[in-house]
Amino acid sequence: MENSPDPAPSLLEVRGISKSFGAVRALQEVDFTLRAGEIHALLGENGAGKSTLIKVITGVFPRDAGIVRLGGEEVAPRSAKAALQAGIATVYQEVNLLPNLSVAQNLFLDRQPMRFGIVREGEMRRRAKALLTDFGLDIDVAAALGSYSVAIQHVTAIARAVDLSARVLILDEPTASLDRHEVEILFGIMRQLAKRGIGIVFVSHFLDQVYEISDRITVLRNGRLVGERETASLPRLELIRMMLGRELAETTSARASAGEHRAREVCASFENYGKAGYVAPFNLELRHGEVVGLAGLLGSGRTETARLVFGAERADGGQATVEGAPVRLQSPRDGVRHGFGYCPEERKTDGIVAELTVRENIVLALQAKRGLHRPLSRREQDEIASRYVRMLDIRPPDPERAVGLLSGGNQQKVLLARWLATSPRLLVLDEPTRGIDVGAHAEIIRLIRELCDDGLALLVISSELDEIVTYSDRVVVLRDRAHVEELAGEAIDVGNILAAIAADSVAVALEAHT
Amino acid sequence: MTALLPRRGLAQILALIVILAVDRIVSPQFFDLRLQDGRLFGSLIDVLNRGTPVALLSLGMVLVIATRGIDLSVGAVMAISGAIAASLADTHSLAVVLAAALGAGLICGLWNGFLVAVLGMQPIVATLILMVAGRGIAQLITEGRIVTFSSPDLVWLGNGAVLGVPMPVAIALGMLILTGAVVRGSALGLLIEATGGNARASELAGVGTRAMILAVYVWCGICAALAGVIAAADIMGADANNAGLWLELDAILAVVIGGTSLFGGRFSLVLAVLGALIIQTMNTGILLSGYPPEFNLLVKAVVVMTVLLLQSPKFSGIAGIAARLRRSKA
Repeated sequence: MENSPDPAPSLLEVRGISKSFGAVRALQEVDFTLRAGEIHALLGENGAGKSTLIKVITGVFPRDAGIVRLGGEEVAPRSAKAALQAGIATVYQEVNLLPNLSVAQNLFLDRQPMRFGIVREGEMRRRAKALLTDFGLDIDVAAALGSYSVAIQHVTAIARAVDLSARVLILDEPTASLDRHEVEILFGIMRQLAKRGIGIVFVSHFLDQVYEISDRITVLRNGRLVGERETASLPRLELIRMMLGRELAETTSARASAGEHRAREVCASFENYGKAGYVAPFNLELRHGEVVGLAGLLGSGRTETARLVFGAERADGGQATVEGAPVRLQSPRDGVRHGFGYCPEERKTDGIVAELTVRENIVLALQAKRGLHRPLSRREQDEIASRYVRMLDIRPPDPERAVGLLSGGNQQKVLLARWLATSPRLLVLDEPTRGIDVGAHAEIIRLIRELCDDGLALLVISSELDEIVTYSDRVVVLRDRAHVEELAGEAIDVGNILAAIAADSVAVALEAHT
Repeated sequence: MTALLPRRGLAQILALIVILAVDRIVSPQFFDLRLQDGRLFGSLIDVLNRGTPVALLSLGMVLVIATRGIDLSVGAVMAISGAIAASLADTHSLAVVLAAALGAGLICGLWNGFLVAVLGMQPIVATLILMVAGRGIAQLITEGRIVTFSSPDLVWLGNGAVLGVPMPVAIALGMLILTGAVVRGSALGLLIEATGGNARASELAGVGTRAMILAVYVWCGICAALAGVIAAADIMGADANNAGLWLELDAILAVVIGGTSLFGGRFSLVLAVLGALIIQTMNTGILLSGYPPEFNLLVKAVVVMTVLLLQSPKFSGIAGIAARLRRSKA
């Protein structure tokens, strides 16, 4: 790790960037500074605004407010291509090149060396070869790009970007599909480019890699800038806290104490439940009238646990039990039959049927549960829909409006209504408050507590630790696709959750605290 | 668009009225009806009668398209069922003939549904297989000849009448009512629309999306088989090469004219049938006008383009921007 000298000139300056999508404020007055020759990690959980920030900087999305300066001059690219011409290149996780063309063609796409209107293949290959040698690659540049590993495709994309006179190189999750050795190669190239004075933005959720490669770190959360730090002086626990928690307010759970929930009846339990390569076998007990929170970083196995519990994914080992009777959960239908409900994280793709009305979306799960032969009459549908529209205060209160036209918060309520209409015993909520404006946010949290008081069992995933602490009776902490700790009663606080997530660095963290 | 259409179906009804009016102009006797031998005759009846096969096809096709699928094999299925019906007609009772022909349609539908729902093939490719192979199968059944028959029962199915209404029309009407009763009388309609609108979300809501998809292809196969029987009964023979040729495209067109999007979701049975009638009214009008039938294809192409443009969000976006520009200039 190299620390860039302090008075390094700022290469890319982003000031006060804001961006909204409808009612959702994806970025609020975000600042970001990249120095020449540094590797700067941009971190944050899903939905924190990293991708939006990159897309605003590179002109993919128009910005609502703020300015971007490159080398002191204001730039406002209106497309990724314009950004590239200005000197800002982005390489995405899925390489945006053409796998069926040769490596050389990809490198010189759109700017092939020509003579008399004909591409000079030989010249192009020679130059491609020379270019890649700089990057430590000695490969056949005439072969199709798709025939090489993802790592080589990445390096090709980077080489192309750098050769297009990039001064700023943005790498969005470049290591997600690389193995250890390939990561080393990539890091070597990144360091070399940084030495040449190129500023590199590195987006990743592998914290080990961030600590290995980056000079500085900027953290976003909920579309806001949390802070900018030198990597060397930022303890891991502190970093995780920046990513997940607003402040380390020692808000302990106001919920029932440990003694009380022993008395509660078990709704569903999972023993040694898991799936190879998906989530390690876990034990989980869900009780009536109790909220269990799932906490962990992105990719720690939270959503995977939820999908296994609901039946959206098949377990390859272990035993599920519902109200004391062993059951098999092979499909969502099985989950629904046993009285489970699941509000997925991706509301638009996995939740709502945008074209159908609020009424139809609400009755969908109940109707599927009842079967084809017992259709709900229109009157019953109207009755159910208007009951939940009133109960959950869905706006506008028009059951015949297409769900796709509602705001995110109201869509979430429609999904909740869909499951409540089935009178479930267990509800699994994956990030129920993501992408929802502040008012609806509080309402959803209030609803979660009310439902729980009515005797429902709830399993709730959230990246918002404050939120989890507020409503959970127990919190299961996940790390690296395994359940690593369960906290209950007094033990539930943000600090303990963070400590469990960052277990390796607990000692460091304790030092930092004292 | 929606602002212009206070109610669904208005556009289709208007289109039909316009085309009927044009037909009336090119052929003054267009609306004349007469009763002869207990059967109504006239251009209007002709439209209904000729429109029957496509109307039947569109009843199945609309459900398939509602699940975001497509069935290119219906024309070939018509040829198969027609060939079976014609081959059996003179030696077996009508019940056996119908059971065999419709059974073949059911098997074809199961095959398509299996490829799409179970193997997850793209509908357009999956049904292309039977579109090509089906005509071959039909030719094997007829041994490459045009099989004719004289069974009065089957002939009656194509040329008879009940209460003055030609049998094919009565059958199509009956199928419309039956399909409507099954689809809207049960939860099938909602679940099909949900599956087509967002299959992943529906699956997670506990909808048996595979079963839905399988069911619509089976129903589409049965409808196509019935259309094939009627087409054979009409000409008292089966021509494996030409029966139902290109009718899959008319059926798809009928569904699209009926306002069901090729992206799946909302569908309307009645409007799909209305779409089939619009197509047939155009066809008949062009025939009556004395223009060469080649014009038919051009006119159809224009209608398809208009309908698809109206459905495309980009186009309505452009239209919306244009309208706003005009307003702001004014």
